[in-house]
Amino acid sequence: MHPYLVSLAGGLLIGLSAALLLILNGRIAGISGIVGRLVSPQPGLALNIAFVAGLVIGPLGYLAIFGGWPEVRLENPLPMLLVAGLLVGFGTRMGSGCTSGHGVVGLARLSRRSIAAVATFMTTAVLTVLFLRLGGLL
Amino acid sequence: MMNIYRILAALGAGTLFGFGLALSGMMDPVRVRGFLDISGDWDPSLAFVLGGAVSVSALGVLLSRWLPEPLLDDSYHLPGRGRVDRRLLLGSAIFGIGWGIGGLCPGPAIANLGAGYTDILFFVVAMLLGMFVHDRFFQPRQARAPGGRAGAR
Repeated sequence: MHPYLVSLAGGLLIGLSAALLLILNGRIAGISGIVGRLVSPQPGLALNIAFVAGLVIGPLGYLAIFGGWPEVRLENPLPMLLVAGLLVGFGTRMGSGCTSGHGVVGLARLSRRSIAAVATFMTTAVLTVLFLRLGGLL
Repeated sequence: MMNIYRILAALGAGTLFGFGLALSGMMDPVRVRGFLDISGDWDPSLAFVLGGAVSVSALGVLLSRWLPEPLLDDSYHLPGRGRVDRRLLLGSAIFGIGWGIGGLCPGPAIANLGAGYTDILFFVVAMLLGMFVHDRFFQPRQARAPGGRAGAR
C-alpha cells in the first residue's frame, strides 16, 4: 500500500480514538492537556493516566502485529531536543493544546480558537524548519 | 465515584490513538519535519494523517451533538468557545517553534516511550518540565480554580 494511504489509515484510527473519547467520556483527546493534567493533578486523574497508558501500549500492539517498531529517526543533537521539549511543553500549556486537541478535535469542532492555534503553530513550525535549514542546523 | 467503564474507555481510546500514530508514520520526527520543510522534498504524509483524523473526529462531534450527554459520563467536559487571545497565539507560536526544532509533538513523544529511546525520554522530561514551569509560574490566576471551564459546550 502507498505510504500516504497508510498514513491516512493511521489518521482515521486517531480520529476514531478522538470520536470515541468524546462520545463515551465527553472528553477531548488532547495529549498536551491530558499529560498536563498529570503534571498539575486534577479530578479525573485515573482517566488521564489510563489514556496515557494506552498511548504507550498502542505502539506496542503495532510491534506485536507487525513485528517491528515504526521507523523513528532521531537526528537532533540532544541539547536541541531538550530546548524543543521545553518549548513544546510550555507552549502547549500556554496555548491550551497541541496537534491533537486543537488539530484533530478543535478543527472538527470548528472552534475559532483551535483554527487560530493550528494556523499559528503550523506557521512558526514551518518558519523554524526553514531558518534551521538556512542556518545549516538541519 | 469513578466508573470503571470510563477508565476502560480512556484506556481503549489511548491505545487506539497510539496504534494509529504508529501506523501513521508520525512517530518519526524526520517525516514530520518533511511536512514542515518547504525548502526540500516536501512530504505531505502529515496532511493525510490530519485530514483522516479530523474527518472521523468530526463525525464524533456531530454524533455528540445528538447525545444530550456522553454515554459513560454525566456531562461533557469541553473547553468553552472563548476568544482568540494573546496567550493562545503566543503559546501556539512557542509550541510551533519547539515542534519545528524537534519534529516531535506531545503525542508521538509519549507514544515512543515504549521503544526506550534515551533521546525521547529526555525530550519528554524537558516537555514535562516546560509544562510544570508554565502551570506553576505563568498560569493566569482565575484559571487556577479547579474545574473553571469544564462543562461548557
